[in-house]
Amino acid sequence: MILRHMSAAAAALALLALPAAAMAQAAKPNDAQIAHIAYTAGQLDIAAGKQALAKSHNKAVRDFAQEMVRDHTAVNDQALALVKKLGVTPQANPTSTALSGAAAAKLKAYAKLSGAAFDKAYVDNEVAYHKTVNGALESTLIPSAQNGELKALLQTGLKLFTEHQHHAEMLAAGLK
Amino acid sequence: MIAKPVSTFAQRALAAAAALAILAVAVAGCAKPAQPRTFTVTIAQMAYGPTPPSMRVGDSIKWVNADILQHTATAKDGSFDVDLPPKATATTRIAHAGTVDFYCRYHPGMTGRLSVAG
Ligand SMILES: [Cu+2]
Repeated sequence: MILRHMSAAAAALALLALPAAAMAQAAKPNDAQIAHIAYTAGQLDIAAGKQALAKSHNKAVRDFAQEMVRDHTAVNDQALALVKKLGVTPQANPTSTALSGAAAAKLKAYAKLSGAAFDKAYVDNEVAYHKTVNGALESTLIPSAQNGELKALLQTGLKLFTEHQHHAEMLAAGLK
Repeated sequence: MIAKPVSTFAQRALAAAAALAILAVAVAGCAKPAQPRTFTVTIAQMAYGPTPPSMRVGDSIKWVNADILQHTATAKDGSFDVDLPPKATATTRIAHAGTVDFYCRYHPGMTGRLSVAG
């Protein structure tokens, strides 16, 4: 029984660790890969936010999800405009693939939840997700970015996602 | 030969009149309420730009959101709350003296302060 719980916990930990490990792996990505990772990270959070808007009845959670959809859409619109201007084609890579895979698993798992259980799962995951993305921005993506405009956009992104992380943490504390 | 300062009655009268005139202008300047001014505070890259150092009651702030994101300028004391989509501007008239802290409702880590003289 205890063993079963432990293996479930280990599996959960492994899932959580996956994107971080994949990000650490991609040392020194190029601008096309960075753009793809940043854009993908945004799109995944938009998808999570839309799921929350479809499922949650909690006003604070819905307001937060609305903010995620709005802000990440704005940043990604800007990212698309920038790569078009620079003539860069975002390039898929193991990091963005790992992020997408982990997020798809979460969406599927959370689809089965409802009410307070869904709210808690969504908000807790938003805290973890923004931590992971912010860690990657700070340690890898921003230092690796070559183009000045891309770097500036990522820096605005880091400030924004740090706000989102704090907001999610506050919200998570309130849901307990 | 030492030049002796010449001071006629007429000259002294003129000097006194001039001094009075300057005083009168100064008094009028104080009594007349100052023209309200509009200061611009620009929001860019998740931060408020500098706020004016010498605001008075009746002045206005023109908020310019130059960021790609939607922000608000929300007074902690409730005296103003403007919602600014990207590229939007809005003007707030400051009606009370004192220090007003403001923040963004969407990104509460964004903060600023207005100091308003009476
Ligand atoms: Cu804001």
